[in-house]
Amino acid sequence: MLQGTHTPGVLRKVFGGTHRNLKRGSMSGKPKLTYFNGRGRMESIRWLLAAAGVEFEEDFLETREQYLKLIQDGHLLFDQVPLVEIDGMKMVQTKAILSYIAGKHNLYGKGLKERAFIDTYVEGTTDLMQMILTLPFSPPEAKKKNLPLIIEKAKNRYFPAYEKALKQHGQGFLVGNQLSWADVHLLEAILMVEEKEPTVLSEFPLLQGFKTRISNMPTIKKFLQPGSQRKPQPDDKYVATVMKILKEG
Amino acid sequence: MPGKPKLHYANGRGKMESIRWLLAAAGVEFEEQFIETKEDLEKLRSDGLLLFQQVPMVEIDGMKMVQTRAILSYLAAKYNLYGKDLKERALIDMYVEGTTDLMGIIMYLPFQPPEAKEKNLALITDKATTRYFPVYEKVLKDHGQDYLVGNHFTWADVHLLEAILMAEECKSDILSKFPLLQAFKGRISNIPTIKKFLQPGSQRKPPPDEKYIAQVKQTFNV
Repeated sequence: MLQGTHTPGVLRKVFGGTHRNLKRGSMSGKPKLTYFNGRGRMESIRWLLAAAGVEFEEDFLETREQYLKLIQDGHLLFDQVPLVEIDGMKMVQTKAILSYIAGKHNLYGKGLKERAFIDTYVEGTTDLMQMILTLPFSPPEAKKKNLPLIIEKAKNRYFPAYEKALKQHGQGFLVGNQLSWADVHLLEAILMVEEKEPTVLSEFPLLQGFKTRISNMPTIKKFLQPGSQRKPQPDDKYVATVMKILKEG
Repeated sequence: MPGKPKLHYANGRGKMESIRWLLAAAGVEFEEQFIETKEDLEKLRSDGLLLFQQVPMVEIDGMKMVQTRAILSYLAAKYNLYGKDLKERALIDMYVEGTTDLMGIIMYLPFQPPEAKEKNLALITDKATTRYFPVYEKVLKDHGQDYLVGNHFTWADVHLLEAILMAEECKSDILSKFPLLQAFKGRISNIPTIKKFLQPGSQRKPPPDEKYIAQVKQTFNV
């Protein structure tokens, strides 16, 4: 039980300081995202907030000093980003953040079983997107070898599962006949793979229909337009910045 | 016997172990079907039982669930080990992601080339003692309670105990600077369902040996 307004130690890392500075990160009450100025692991969070129609602010990490200061000031529970300041909490760990947003904004289905389906589908699209996410950070020979493997996995392992799910219930959304986190995440994955291989959906008619339908939902359509907070594909400059900040490689 | 969850995996820890822990902690009996050969895996795949052609797979409540984290979340919620509201859930999720990351590094250790073993053990010790354990030690210190979240037993506690024991197998004195985690370990280990799971003869699996590693490499092409 927290006594008075003093929030000790690690809980401060998560729940912020006293009531006065609970909104340290955001004067407006909007969620505040701290990450590099690019997709990475934060992109799925941007997608989900956008789909839910939630405005958010962003703080971009540009130097190692900024990153080290965040750590020193105790804002990062495990010394890692993404960091999302939301509802008085300093949340880290992408999956935890996404689950919280989905739960809060009614994108997590109704009941335990729908939730289970959504979780399962999201884990699949996470695995697929993870492969693409790490690609720019691998050595050039590995990149050349891995890209065809990723496309193969998309076509033979992942997209068939989602095509089948849509076929089996004949509904417009993956779970529970309404928009959920699973649909947003799948759309993100489809677009990401298409950037690498534009014809990848050629054998998946239901996914093609799905892609069009979900892309046309107002909040998502807005996010897909130029000028939104959606980030472009990583370039060499982005990769160099990330590696410099994290001192890797 | 109908009604018991049925686990499909290799006869060893891997990604299924956290699921065994959680079921055991919740006092839920379960059956296991072990995948021992390539043919066993192929059959599961060709019978259409694996959504993404992968295991773990758990048959439970009429579903054939895959994806470790999805399965664990379902079990935690079903057996009231997921906290009482969205914010407790958020804390549990964060803590579990941390212990998952730590156990992930340890899990892959036996599959690394022998030359890398010493370097990787050092990495595990370093991450455990400078990134992960200090966080959980501080959580316990700051609220002074027996459990990580909400003053009651949750999935986060089970997962942390599993991570502690796994890290201790790498380095037996790895908790030497963490008195509260030592006490936590003693306390959670003595919870009746967990105590039972820690005894010989339970479905808890031993650390991987050469034979297990060879079998996994053969069956799963890793």
